[in-house]
Amino acid sequence: MAAINKTSSPIGGVTQLSTVPKGQGLWADAIRRLFRNKAAVVGLIILLLNVIMAIFAPIIAPKSYTDQTLTQNNSAPLWITQIFPSMIPKGDVGGYVTINNDYTLGTDNLGRDLLSRIIYGSRISLEVAIVGPLVSIALGLLIGMIAGYGGGRIDNFLMRIVDIMYAFPTFLLIILLMAFFRTSFGGKHEPGSLTYVMGQIDAAMGGMFFIFLGIGLTSWMQMARLVRGQVLSQREREYVEAARALGDTTPSIMLRHILPNILGPLIVAETLTIPTYISYEAFLSFIGLGVNPPTPSWGSMISEGSRVISTYPYQALFPALALFLVMFAFNFLGDGLRDALDPRMRGQG
Amino acid sequence: MVKYVLRRFLWMFLVLFVISIVTFTLMHAVPGGPFDREKPLPAANLKQLNEKYHLDDPILKQYADYVGSIVIPKVTSGKQVKSLDHDYLFNIKLPFGEGNPTFRWINFGPSFKSTSRTVNDIFRENLPISFQLGLAALAVAMAVGIPLGVFSALKHNTTYDYLGMGVAILGVSVPVIITAPLLQYFFSVELKWVPVSGWGTTAQAILPAVALGFAQSAILARLTRASLLQVLGEDYIRTARAKGMPERVVISVHALKNGMIPVITILGPLFAALVTGTFVVETIFGIPGMGRFFVTSVTGRDYPVIMGTILLYAMFLVLANLLVDVAYAWLDPRIRFN
Repeated sequence: MAAINKTSSPIGGVTQLSTVPKGQGLWADAIRRLFRNKAAVVGLIILLLNVIMAIFAPIIAPKSYTDQTLTQNNSAPLWITQIFPSMIPKGDVGGYVTINNDYTLGTDNLGRDLLSRIIYGSRISLEVAIVGPLVSIALGLLIGMIAGYGGGRIDNFLMRIVDIMYAFPTFLLIILLMAFFRTSFGGKHEPGSLTYVMGQIDAAMGGMFFIFLGIGLTSWMQMARLVRGQVLSQREREYVEAARALGDTTPSIMLRHILPNILGPLIVAETLTIPTYISYEAFLSFIGLGVNPPTPSWGSMISEGSRVISTYPYQALFPALALFLVMFAFNFLGDGLRDALDPRMRGQG
Repeated sequence: MVKYVLRRFLWMFLVLFVISIVTFTLMHAVPGGPFDREKPLPAANLKQLNEKYHLDDPILKQYADYVGSIVIPKVTSGKQVKSLDHDYLFNIKLPFGEGNPTFRWINFGPSFKSTSRTVNDIFRENLPISFQLGLAALAVAMAVGIPLGVFSALKHNTTYDYLGMGVAILGVSVPVIITAPLLQYFFSVELKWVPVSGWGTTAQAILPAVALGFAQSAILARLTRASLLQVLGEDYIRTARAKGMPERVVISVHALKNGMIPVITILGPLFAALVTGTFVVETIFGIPGMGRFFVTSVTGRDYPVIMGTILLYAMFLVLANLLVDVAYAWLDPRIRFN
């Protein structure tokens, strides 16, 4: 059949099908548009470099991120002191920095190599940037789809829960959740119990597990609302009716028919939210509820550096620059993706 | 309209009720108590403390007492105990009745950590500071964001537009924990224009307000631009131009009036976000606002302070959203409540 159709001869007024331009899929079209957007490509390149940096950190990093050389703490190479001349000791006035060219970006207050810590720190933000959206999409999809497809009372009930969650002050809730996770599961527990397993998982992940949980639990609502709205608009379409007429089951309709059709807006929304997740991690590390030391995270490095900003400005400046570049890249990529996937939105906000 | 607002108010109380249950459960589920020390207190003292603060009561009774002390108003008369003024948020002297009766309402309880103060004392002293900081930040956000958005929309698809929106993305991309130390370094340490930290003078308020307001100004700029672009494509703008109106009048009278509706309505939640989000800025700049109680109350298991702050801020958020919906209907007559 297929072979006959392809080599079609004119049948009843239909001209040769081969002259019809080959249709382009939504995704191929979107990718082509994305690559035409310079800002998005720059963002993509920065993120790719970040991925490479995170994966090959042990090879790229010049030194270990834990080794402390206490005699060389708070030292900076010459070129940094030329940018910040107030750091150089000049008799009684001036700064306290030790000039040491062995470390490209200097050392922190424990004499650890700043560059190596920044390189290893990229792993944390990247993990958050990948797992944060996954948790939020998983929870949001589940609740949004049930609400949108179920409709009626279920919808009403779930959306009221979303409303209540929205009224929670996020920062306070996340602090409370982190305190709850850390103290409930962090201490000594009987081996084999659930609390013990949770604590072990978190310890194995360097404290990241609870950060993922905390971020996920406080940020699924937006996704749930978006999914619900999308499902509501798709539910009445003909193709869903057709699938149902063919005897397709509800879970199958949701996953195989509706989901692929609403994926675009979801991806765009999540990409634009990734910077928020990264800043949550930075915020948690900043207040000391983030990753376990000595694992470096840009947030904790900025936090430590900002305490000595007037004497050793470089210690906060370089991790801040790294964090800023990644956030910038995700925003550019998100904007580019939105333009690519939804051309009607182009130039809007 | 009145019915709608009333319904939303009822809904708000339900929301606060649920939030209070969730928070209460969560904070009591965290192991440890407010009087745990590195070196444990003698058992007798601990028992007395728990008795004093009713922490030895059954958990359900504790919750019921807590909600009761907030919801149920009280009228006291005769010889007034001075500490009552500190316990309650509202103390109104009634002009009638025997023995100077005072109407008292909303008691958030004592703070376990700052033992001489009640939660209401903390609110009275520290909340206005966070509030002022939030207002200053909102002023910065509006002063930067709205003109930037208008400018970008008028110069649509030119280099200026891209530059303006580039600045906006910059603002969205940079979290406060980056901007605050950077501003501190360049304007206080290097240029010595303003003090590094502290609170009380106008000069000390500038940097924190800019640090906090900058990211929000970016959001405002993007919203203003999008909204204005949409309005500029409307028929009545073409009509105004067609009848020979000067471009200045078309923009400032016709376009801005309608283009500002979404912008004005977002100011409520924006302000709420600014006030609730002052924690990092307050820490970096050493500002004695509510921020530090966010963390110290949780790590110190200061139950009444945790509950009070969450409830107060939740109420703040819900009210801000209600304000938006009402403002929308008021500004845009096409919207009607049913």
